[in-house]
Amino acid sequence: MTALSESTAIRGGQARAFVAVLRRDIFVTRSEVLVFLAQVILQPLFLLFVFGKVLGSLGYTQRGYSDLLFPGLLALTSVITGMQTLAFPLVIEFGWTKEIEDRLLAPMATSLVAAEKVLFAMLRSIVATLVMIPIGIVVLGDIPWRWAGVPLLAAATLLGSLLGAALGLVMGTLVTPTRINVVFSLVFTPLLFTGCSQYPWPSLSRLRWFQVVTAANPMTYVSESMRGALVPAVPHIHPWICLLVMVGAISVLLAVGLRGFARRAVD
Amino acid sequence: MGSAVESESLVKRYPKATTNAVDGVSFAVPAGEVFGLLGPNGAGKTTTVGMLTTRVRPTGGRATVGGVDVVTNPVDARRQFAVVPQRSNLDRSLSIRNNLLFHAAYHGVPAHDARRRADELLDQFGLLDRGDTKPDFFSGGQAQRVMIARALMHEPSVMFLDEPSTGLDPAARLFVWDRLRELTNRGVTLLLTTHDMHEAATLADRVGIMDHGRLLALDTPEALLHTLPGSATLELTTTALEPPAARELLAALTDLAPVERAEELPAVPDVSGAAQFRARLYLTGDAPSLVAPVATLLAERRIALRDIGLGSPTLEDVFIHLTGRALR
Repeated sequence: MTALSESTAIRGGQARAFVAVLRRDIFVTRSEVLVFLAQVILQPLFLLFVFGKVLGSLGYTQRGYSDLLFPGLLALTSVITGMQTLAFPLVIEFGWTKEIEDRLLAPMATSLVAAEKVLFAMLRSIVATLVMIPIGIVVLGDIPWRWAGVPLLAAATLLGSLLGAALGLVMGTLVTPTRINVVFSLVFTPLLFTGCSQYPWPSLSRLRWFQVVTAANPMTYVSESMRGALVPAVPHIHPWICLLVMVGAISVLLAVGLRGFARRAVD
Repeated sequence: MGSAVESESLVKRYPKATTNAVDGVSFAVPAGEVFGLLGPNGAGKTTTVGMLTTRVRPTGGRATVGGVDVVTNPVDARRQFAVVPQRSNLDRSLSIRNNLLFHAAYHGVPAHDARRRADELLDQFGLLDRGDTKPDFFSGGQAQRVMIARALMHEPSVMFLDEPSTGLDPAARLFVWDRLRELTNRGVTLLLTTHDMHEAATLADRVGIMDHGRLLALDTPEALLHTLPGSATLELTTTALEPPAARELLAALTDLAPVERAEELPAVPDVSGAAQFRARLYLTGDAPSLVAPVATLLAERRIALRDIGLGSPTLEDVFIHLTGRALR
């Protein structure tokens, strides 16, 4: 009985430590909210502006292109933000500033420190994705919107953010600070352009090899489910397949990332 | 009551290493003691502390801190201790005060208590006017003070300090030493690692001497010094000598009454760059009474005495005696 209540108290202590670490991250983000917004929004904003607005106005893209670009950019924002939020600081904290040590020495399981990182990256990523909606309205004047698609949109946002965070955890724990620049350019750019955010996947059947390449990028399934939610008339991969692949990719990435984190945290 | 820190045959072998970084280290630190691990870089001190503080997984053996097993129950063990590393690991996104407050929050200290304690500690460590600055531009000494203050926020019973005064200027070093003494007065157990024998001798109640992952000796600084062949030393510097003359002189010196052992020290040229001969005599008796016989002995051989110094042996001598080489 005593042992039981003791172990409950210890779990309670771990929950408190977890909340405190999350509160720290939110506190820091709040104090630099403009930097946060600039960091996560500029890239999709410019993509949206140039591909959705400028090229359309000049007549280089067909009418309706911005409708299929917009859901793609929501997907891009959710995945990339989650990844960036987690990977960059983690590489630096582990490899250089050692700032993470105070949290690793908090009375909580090491995996909970990693879990907090993932949860926080998800939160930032969801906020960034939601912010893209008013930005889309301002830049494009009109965005594709279906209330019936909101549940799928919400699921895709959640899973896209988690996918990005899991990817960030893998990169953040496997990359050393000296190699961060190389690895990020090698991973980041291909990820950005093979994730079907700028084109729907089924239309790639005319470019078979590229279709195969894009099928290997888990971001593709986030983009496709966003399109399934907002522009179902555009041919897209079936949402159930998307959800299934996302869940699978997340599971694998999280397992690898958590292992990597544990290895970095405890020698 | 059990020991504050207990290490039983701790072993750490890193993957791909051919030798153990820590090779069967056992010791116990009673509550309230200042325990120093002394040894050169790479001796295994930091790895030992890493295992005690749950950041390095032991390959073998077991250890407890505050009575809690650090391997089977790391989460609970972390409530017992705090760590002050050598290099700053302060949270650079937070002000000094928030570094303290968030550390307390991680450890479940109620916010009201934490604020009061943070104010007290900032005051005590002379940081009250810097509380709202970020640690980015802090000097090593200031960061060290903040890290000790931060460590105290959750009132640990054991504190681990890695090279607490390395790289600090003399004033900052004295300040840190004073604060550490205050802690021991409050009953906090301190375990410090250092390669500075002066620091070990000044602060530690007991010193463990480590080399190549093993604990070679463990005792109070005084007792360790008594293990040396001589309890006092006499160092002399003369003009340069040819090797045969130097050998003959050392032999003659060893024959003097209270001299137990005489050894040649590495030569240091004088200010004009001329070579010199230096020797250290380890004595079983009194050093001052030996000055006259030594002077006579040199005069008989027409060797000019340049300098003579009386000394008591240091922990560095103990280390040399145990390992056959200098500490650094």
